Amino acid sequence: MSENVNPNPSQDVTASRHGAHDTITHPERFADPGVPEHTTRLADRDPQAAKRAERAIVLLFTLSILGTIGTLVAYFAFRPDGTTEGVRLSNLLLGVGLAVSLLGIGIAAVHWAKTLMSSHEHVEERHESRSSDEVRTVVAQGFADGLADSGLARRGVLKGAVVSALALFPLTIAVPLVSSVGGEWNVGKFRHTLWKNGTRLAYDPSGRLIKAADLTAGSVAHVIPDVSEEMRESHEWITEKSKAVVLLVRLNPQDLKADQSPEGETWSYDGIVAYSKICTHVGCPVALYEQQTHHLLCPCHQSTFDVADGAKVVFGPANRPLPQLPITVDDEGYLVAQADFAEPIGPSYWERLK
Amino acid sequence: MSTIHSAAQPTTPIGKTADYLDQRTKVGVLTKQLVRKVFPDHWSFMLGEIALWSFVVLILSGFFLTMFFEPSMALTHYHGEGPASMQGQLMSVAFASTVDMSFEVRGGLLMRQIHHWSALVFMAGIVVHMMRVFFTGAFRKPRELNYLVGVTMMILGLGAGFTGYSLPDDVLSGNGLRITDGVVKSIPIIGSYMSYFIFGGEFPGEHIIPRLFTLHILVIPALLLALIGLHLFLMVLNKHTQYPGGGRTDRNVVGYPAVPAFATKMGGNFFIVFGVLALMGGTMAINNVWNYGPFDPSPVSAGAQPDWYMLFLEGSLRLMPGQGTEWVIGGYTLSLNVLIPAVVVPGLLFTFLFVYPFLEAKVTGDHREHHVLDRPRNVPVRTGLGVAFLAAFVILALAGSNDLIATHFALSINTITWVFRVLIFVGPVFAFWITKRICLGLQRKDRELVLHGHETGRIVRFANGEYIEVHRPLDEHDRWLRVNYEAHKPLEIAPAMDARGVRRKGYMVDRQWQRVSRFFFEDRVEPVTPAELAAAHAHGGHDELEAERGTPELVSGSGNVEREH
Repeated sequence: MSENVNPNPSQDVTASRHGAHDTITHPERFADPGVPEHTTRLADRDPQAAKRAERAIVLLFTLSILGTIGTLVAYFAFRPDGTTEGVRLSNLLLGVGLAVSLLGIGIAAVHWAKTLMSSHEHVEERHESRSSDEVRTVVAQGFADGLADSGLARRGVLKGAVVSALALFPLTIAVPLVSSVGGEWNVGKFRHTLWKNGTRLAYDPSGRLIKAADLTAGSVAHVIPDVSEEMRESHEWITEKSKAVVLLVRLNPQDLKADQSPEGETWSYDGIVAYSKICTHVGCPVALYEQQTHHLLCPCHQSTFDVADGAKVVFGPANRPLPQLPITVDDEGYLVAQADFAEPIGPSYWERLK
Repeated sequence: MSTIHSAAQPTTPIGKTADYLDQRTKVGVLTKQLVRKVFPDHWSFMLGEIALWSFVVLILSGFFLTMFFEPSMALTHYHGEGPASMQGQLMSVAFASTVDMSFEVRGGLLMRQIHHWSALVFMAGIVVHMMRVFFTGAFRKPRELNYLVGVTMMILGLGAGFTGYSLPDDVLSGNGLRITDGVVKSIPIIGSYMSYFIFGGEFPGEHIIPRLFTLHILVIPALLLALIGLHLFLMVLNKHTQYPGGGRTDRNVVGYPAVPAFATKMGGNFFIVFGVLALMGGTMAINNVWNYGPFDPSPVSAGAQPDWYMLFLEGSLRLMPGQGTEWVIGGYTLSLNVLIPAVVVPGLLFTFLFVYPFLEAKVTGDHREHHVLDRPRNVPVRTGLGVAFLAAFVILALAGSNDLIATHFALSINTITWVFRVLIFVGPVFAFWITKRICLGLQRKDRELVLHGHETGRIVRFANGEYIEVHRPLDEHDRWLRVNYEAHKPLEIAPAMDARGVRRKGYMVDRQWQRVSRFFFEDRVEPVTPAELAAAHAHGGHDELEAERGTPELVSGSGNVEREH
């Protein structure tokens, strides 16, 4: 390592530095002018400036100490009173105190390094990344000797046994893990929801039942199947609700161009249609309903469905209409499902139609 | 320090400690290497440090959070010090503990916010550092492996961000998980089972939060730590790259010794990064989950964007048209409208990053070690491809914010989406073309400067009536910067027939590679040679002579005179 030495002084020495007027043959490349001359900083030349820089650094470290003290004071003195504002104030004081404490040290250190520590460039030689041929020979010989010593090359059966045993043993962990980690192998579960013939429709999240007469034209309701209160506080419920949520819309019967009812069945009731709320794209809840156009927009990726026309896709990345829940009213006037959805709800998957 | 190496008996406490350690570990040899190791200095070498120090802040703040977070999906009715709107609500213990660590634990909210901001800055640091490495060609031999370690860490960083974001079990992150479920299900054949594997049953089940927790606080950080160690080890082993300039060659490294200036700056940088993150955590609210509420599969809010590094995936999903892109083959459903944007597009982007160093090595046919960085303009196609990649990333990220653009600028979301659908194809191509042209233009300007120097604006009339403008030639350092590069030529390949007229095996493959190589290096600007410079001087000899002598016979009042002195 040496300071400010041009590493290649020997290269291209024939190049003239003065426009090359007087040389007939020119080198192929320019000569490396070498590391630029070292320039001194103000603090190197002027002791006053160095003193000033030192004072600034001391000041910054002092500021950091004050920041640390301030943070501790803020921690003990400002106990949040349980309101959001109280928490925010405590957060602000602690954060600013911590920032002052840290930035004081950081800026002081960098300022110190930049103004007062040596700024002389050093030149260090690099060495080729590869190891030398001698080293390679020794290593290759070592492995060759080891292989010969183990006799693997001669003992074919042993080699096979070692390789097989090593290849197979991970199965002891992998098989139990893979078979248990999914909890379940029956992907047919995607197909079924809590809805079945006669399940009453209820408001989400109150669980109140819905009468057809309660709904005015143009109104929208977020709907879940009617289940017990106890069920609604269980884990299975969150999983089931993830498949069963439905959006109920009452249109003027003359606005309803089409729904998904097959020949001979009526899946809607007096302009009331119920569609799965789970987007057929990647499964976000489709929740933004525009009353004028009867369009239903998924806020995640903007797939747009036309509720007045069988929930057909009118824009966006979804491919299929939202599945319709066949509904009717029971003899007490409550809305009920006629059956489960006719197809799996939500995003497509490989075995969807199987 | 000297006490470590001195043969004499150490007398100071530090010396005694060093002696104790060295007698048992030979630590002196290692320290000797590191203590005066030379590191080149440039502001852009600090970008990777930002990522490194953000990671350290992530570990520190993350440790604090694990003391209070409970990764459990058990359901509870909330009764704590949180906001009134949360009281009595049914939620998972994970969500409740997130609210409690924000409201009950003093400084808990600060640590949460520092942690979240650090994650965003960590990814930004990685991306900007990668840009520096890519555009300067720092990935070339012998650093290809370290580059791969870096790209792998970038992907692990995405994983760390995603698993952490989902832990509070709030309604936004829950919907994020639901989107993940939808994407996983689109994978052919194994998709449905993978969904079960991830969630331990049907979405959302009762296992996902503890599983993500283990990944987030154990598996991913452990991998990252190991790879960071490897990354830094290889950096020290290969010695740092340096920018071109006088005295900088592929056989040396010019810079400052590790101790004291470089180490002090590096340590100071940690405190600055941490300080800025603390300031962000203290003053800028982020992910206040009690405003969103606990996960419920039914509600969702509009204008919900993922963290910035995931936006490109979100945009990719939003752009893909759904019509005609779901195919049923033999009764099995192939959902290309999800598979392409969420699996194929990121796959292509990451593959480009992984293979690029090897592609470039192949088309240059260059097997030498490179330690002096390229100026981006001197490799126009690489720079163009990099900018095209960034353009694609930015267009996808903007597309992931199309709803915000629509509401802020009162535009139709359908129109915006269509514009982005076109832009994602046109934008990167245009970005490539224009960047390549700009690079070539800058190279020509460099040639012009080397050959003719700076225009001084001083017009000189000679006795014979001839007018010239005086040009000031570059000094040798400025010139060296502009001529010290290599303009690669397209690969030359052996002919199809050998001397005896026998068809050569592998010729067709070689020809394909030559085509790719031609794409890279057909347009190129060669550096000025001394002969060219001499010719230029002989041609316009007067200006240089005059400029050097500095005694023009007549100076026009061009107004630039003062500035040039």
